[in-house]
Formats: sequence, C-alpha cells, structure tokens
Amino acid sequence: MKPTGVPTVFLVDDHHLFRAGVRSELGDAVEVVGEADEVPAAIELISERLPDVVLLDVHMPGGGGKAVIDAIKPANPGVKFLALSVSDAPEDVIGVIRAGARGYVTKTISGPELIDAVVRVASGDAVFSPRLAGFVLDAFASMPADLEPLGSLDPELDQLSPREREVLRLIARGYTYKEIARELTISIKTVESHVSAVLRKLQLSSRHQLTRWATERRLI
Amino acid sequence: MVVGAQRRDHRCIADQFNPWQQHYFDSTHSDRAYRRGRYGRHRGHGRLQRSRENRIIAGVAGGLAARLGRDVTVVRIVLVLFGLVSGFGVAAYVLAWLFLPVEGSTETIAARALSDRQGITIVLALVPALVVVLLVSSALHANFVSSWGTPLLLSAAGLVLVVRNADDYERAFLVDSVKALLQLGSEPRQSRRSFMARLGSGVLLFVLGIFVMSDGALSRSWLRPFVGTLLMIAGTVVLLGPWWLRLALDLVHERQARIRAEERADMAARVHDSVLQTLAMIQRSADQPQEVAKLARAQERELRSWLFEGRTPGSFGAEGAATLSAGVEQIEREVEAAHGVAVDAVTVGDAPLDDELRALLAAGREATVNAAKWSGASSVSIYVEAEPKRVSMFVRDRGAGFDSEAIAGDRKGIAESIRGRMQRHGGTAVIRSVPGEGTEVELSVPRRGRS
Repeated sequence: MKPTGVPTVFLVDDHHLFRAGVRSELGDAVEVVGEADEVPAAIELISERLPDVVLLDVHMPGGGGKAVIDAIKPANPGVKFLALSVSDAPEDVIGVIRAGARGYVTKTISGPELIDAVVRVASGDAVFSPRLAGFVLDAFASMPADLEPLGSLDPELDQLSPREREVLRLIARGYTYKEIARELTISIKTVESHVSAVLRKLQLSSRHQLTRWATERRLI
Repeated sequence: MVVGAQRRDHRCIADQFNPWQQHYFDSTHSDRAYRRGRYGRHRGHGRLQRSRENRIIAGVAGGLAARLGRDVTVVRIVLVLFGLVSGFGVAAYVLAWLFLPVEGSTETIAARALSDRQGITIVLALVPALVVVLLVSSALHANFVSSWGTPLLLSAAGLVLVVRNADDYERAFLVDSVKALLQLGSEPRQSRRSFMARLGSGVLLFVLGIFVMSDGALSRSWLRPFVGTLLMIAGTVVLLGPWWLRLALDLVHERQARIRAEERADMAARVHDSVLQTLAMIQRSADQPQEVAKLARAQERELRSWLFEGRTPGSFGAEGAATLSAGVEQIEREVEAAHGVAVDAVTVGDAPLDDELRALLAAGREATVNAAKWSGASSVSIYVEAEPKRVSMFVRDRGAGFDSEAIAGDRKGIAESIRGRMQRHGGTAVIRSVPGEGTEVELSVPRRGRS
C-alpha cells in the first residue's frame, strides 16, 4: 500500500463501458492509476506504474488475463491480481488463478463488495467468490484413489482439509468472511488463512483433476 | 380520497399475504432439525427402527429391510424360518419389539416398561415357572420341551411387557390383529355355522396330519412325513387362511390410501406453486391493469398446458434439463427473468435427474421464488452440491428475514411446496431466518441406488 493509505488500482478490460462503471463504483476508496483495453498495452502500463492491485478481465483479445499475469509477475512480484469476469468457464478461471491471481469475483459484484475485495487482495489476502469456491470444491472433490500416478499424491497440496472444505462450502453458499467466522466460531483471521491456504494449494497442486475436470463435469 | 382508500386496501392485502410469515414457519423446530441435519447427516440410515407402515406384527422385518436395503418379503421369510428352527428366533423378535423404537419416535417400549412394576413382577414370576418346566421335561426326557421352553418363556415375558406398555397406536393395532385372529379372520356377518364348520374341518385336517405322521397309518413309511405335513398345512390354511388374506388386503388398502394422499399433496403443491403464487402477484399489482392481464394470460397458458397437455408447471426433466446443474441453471434463468432479482448459482458435482432430484429442484425453485418475491434482497444465492450419498441445496438471501416464532405451522407455502415435497421423497428441509439478516433454506435428499 502506498503512503496515501488507499490502494492503487489498474483496470484491464476490453469493454470501455465496464471500465467506466467499475471506476465510478470504486469511487474514492481506491486510487485508479490507469486502465487498458488490450494485453500488450496493459503489460506496458502496469510495469510502468506498478499498482497495488490489477483488476483483470479473464477474457480478452490477445491471450486474456493469464498472458498479462505471466508477463508481469516474474519481474514484479509485488503487483497483485484480482480476476474479474462474467466468464463462467471453470478452466479459464482456474487458469488465471494458477497463473498467480489472488482471487476471482464475478462482474455482478456490488460496489462495496468490490472495494472490500480490492483492499483484501492489496493486503495480501485471497478473495474467493461463491463461484470460485464451487469450482475449487469441484476440482478437489474426487477421492485420492482416482489420482492416476499414485506416487504423485501430495496430501499437503493435493487435498483440502475438512476445515478448508467447510469454509469453501460456506463461501459457495454466499456467506461473507464475517458470517463464516461466526458460523464456525473462529476468528476472521483464521477464515482468511484457510482461504489463503486453499489458494496456495490451487496454485501449486499438480493434481491432474485440476486441468482434466474442466472439460467434463464430475457426474456422480 | 379514493386513492387513499385503494392504498389502504392494498396494504391490507399485503398484510394478509404477509409474505415471509406465511411462507416460513416454526423456527424452534427448524433450528433443532438444522443442527441435527448438519451434524447427523445420516439419520435414518444408521439407526435401526421398527417400521410403522410395513408391519404385520411389530414392524421388525420392515425396519430390518429398510436398514439392510433388502426386500421385506425376503427378510420376513428368513425370520420365520429362523423362528421355526429355533425358538430363540421368536425370542429375538420379541426382544427387538421391546428394544427398538418405532419409526418417528425415540422411546422404546422397554424404556416405558421400566416403570411398570406389575409387569416386571409377572415376568419375574415366570422364572420359577421356567425352572419347573425344565425340571419336569428333563425328568420325562422330553427334549422338545426343554429346547423350546426357555425361548418361549422368554418370548412370553417379552410379550407381557409389550402388551402392557405399548403406546395407544400399537395397542390398537395389536387388539385389531388379535381380534381378527380369534375370529379366524371370518367376516363378522358370516354365520356361526359356517365358522364352526371351518374350525371343525381345519382342526380335523390338522389332527389327521399329526396322526399320519406319528402312527403307522400308511403302509409306505416314506409317504408318512410327506402326507402328514401336507395335511397339517391344509389344516392351517383352512384355519388361518382368511385371517392372512384379510391382513394382506388391509395392507393393500392402506398403501393405496397413502398413495392417493401423496398424489393429492403433490397436486396441491403444484397448484400452490403456479396458480396461488400468480393470484398473490395479481393482488400485489392490482393497480396495474396491464401487469395483471399479463400475469393472468401467462398463468392461463401454463394451467392449460398442465391440465390438457400433461406438462407440469415448473417441472424439470420433461422438457429441458436432464442434469442437476442444467436444472439449477434453469432456475437461475427463470427466476431472474420473472422477478428481476440477480440469482447466483453455484453447483458442485453433477448428477442425472431422477424423481428425488426433480423434487429437490422443484422445492429449491420455490424457495428461490419466495426469496426473490418477498425478501426484498437484490440477489439470491443458490448452492447445490452433489455428493455420492446425498444432494444438498442451499438457497440464501440477505433480505428481510422473518420471525418464525409467530407463524402458524400449517401454511401452504413452506409446509407443502418445500417441506412436504422433500419429506415425500425421503429428504429434509430446514429453514433458518433471522429478522433483518435474511433467510437460508437447506434442502437435501439421499441418493438412491448408488454404491
């Protein structure tokens, strides 16, 4: 965070109207330092202005949000990404998260919720929308027994703990972190750390399901 | 003046339809059920209970069959064979009667029998009787008596406690069966003569059978047990056949009545979902003639297609969705279009639709419509999770909520459309609501026929 106290934000989205809408919704709560409507311009401007948070559309001409993260992340680990999309294809969303985004919210999110999400990501936390929580539960759902190369199963990375699962379920049901903390009688900090742990597993796990399941939904 | 009057009227209608209150009820109950639902998911699977509906004597076979997932007839045959081979089979049955709670209750007969001093005295008095019987039989070398004495006395003791301590419902059932047995199942208006004739011929056949078995009445000795058994069976059929027949018929009638009642309830739920909901909406928009006409036209079309073309309103699977996730998307789309409220649906896992899942979706749709119409929230969250053993659906809003304390339990909305529908398909519905914070409806059905 900059000394001014509010996080700096950069918008990347190919729809002009949408960028304008987000800008007005964010208002004074954050400082919007720039916007871009295509991948090369976004990469150039972000590396120049180094915002705290990049609000990133998943679907864009020229490689999408993933290409932006891949280009920026190695040189500027301090820049954090929050994916913002109407796209519901799980493989795209998971792809952006695995590339390094700290969260995913849908475009229907309300102004105050979006500000809250930006602040959260700026301070290093992860932000899961109900939809992302659902994707993750789905991706991690199948039993360890169906992991093909048995030796590759790393319980630290390839499985969710029961508590993490519980937290994700509540997120998917539309609970806020505060409500989850109350429901499970734990602190909000603990909820945050569970979500961050899930994010880490999501990014580092080598589970085949994560990529495979995207094409075919788990039919039981 | 006129406008003011209309407005007041309008508010009255809104009060009568008092949305939340009418649609959700009974929180003390639902809270308890919710906790149970969350921490004891497999209620009903794990506990062995006596069946209330599937019973000839005590419902033990029905309960066992439900627990083991076997056909009840098979279980009955096994129990009867076990009882014939060893008297302990009978005793085990009576003990199960004593110690298993009947479906829908937690108290066993044994628990009540603990405070029945007289009954316990009678049971204790049977012990010396048992000792005497065993002594006498061993003195007479009657192995038959000594091997059957213990279990039969045990059964008798159990039966004494059962008869003395059964609840009213069970006692009425017992009295009916025993009465029918005493009349050997004959119709009350049947003449005394024909009854005596049947009794006579039955006993005669039975005695003849025993006679053939025990004595050298037939020259060919290998025929003896065969003919004897046949005669005894014939005697038993003549004696008890009508009773069995009546029991079986009663069972059939009862089942038919239940199916009819369920069909009626299903129909009522459908009418509520479509016609009654539309009427409520028409009353709410009484001052907008165009809106009213639109609603009425749409409802008329839907009702016609249901009555004359057999398509059910708000149904899933007949046309359209074939899987759980597609059904959820359909709800999302339709409710958003019809009520102008954002619906956020998340589905984890998927499954092909069967009757249970269709009921789940129909109830979930109703909950979503309720939330969209009455809660005042701008968005509704749906979360559906298909697990191997069960499918759960959560519908949540952050709207007005309601005070469920103040609500009569027999209102149609929740009672039939959601709760009743889920129960008829073996599922559960739990509603949690806090005034000012919103409402969450939790629905879940077990998955049948899955390993």
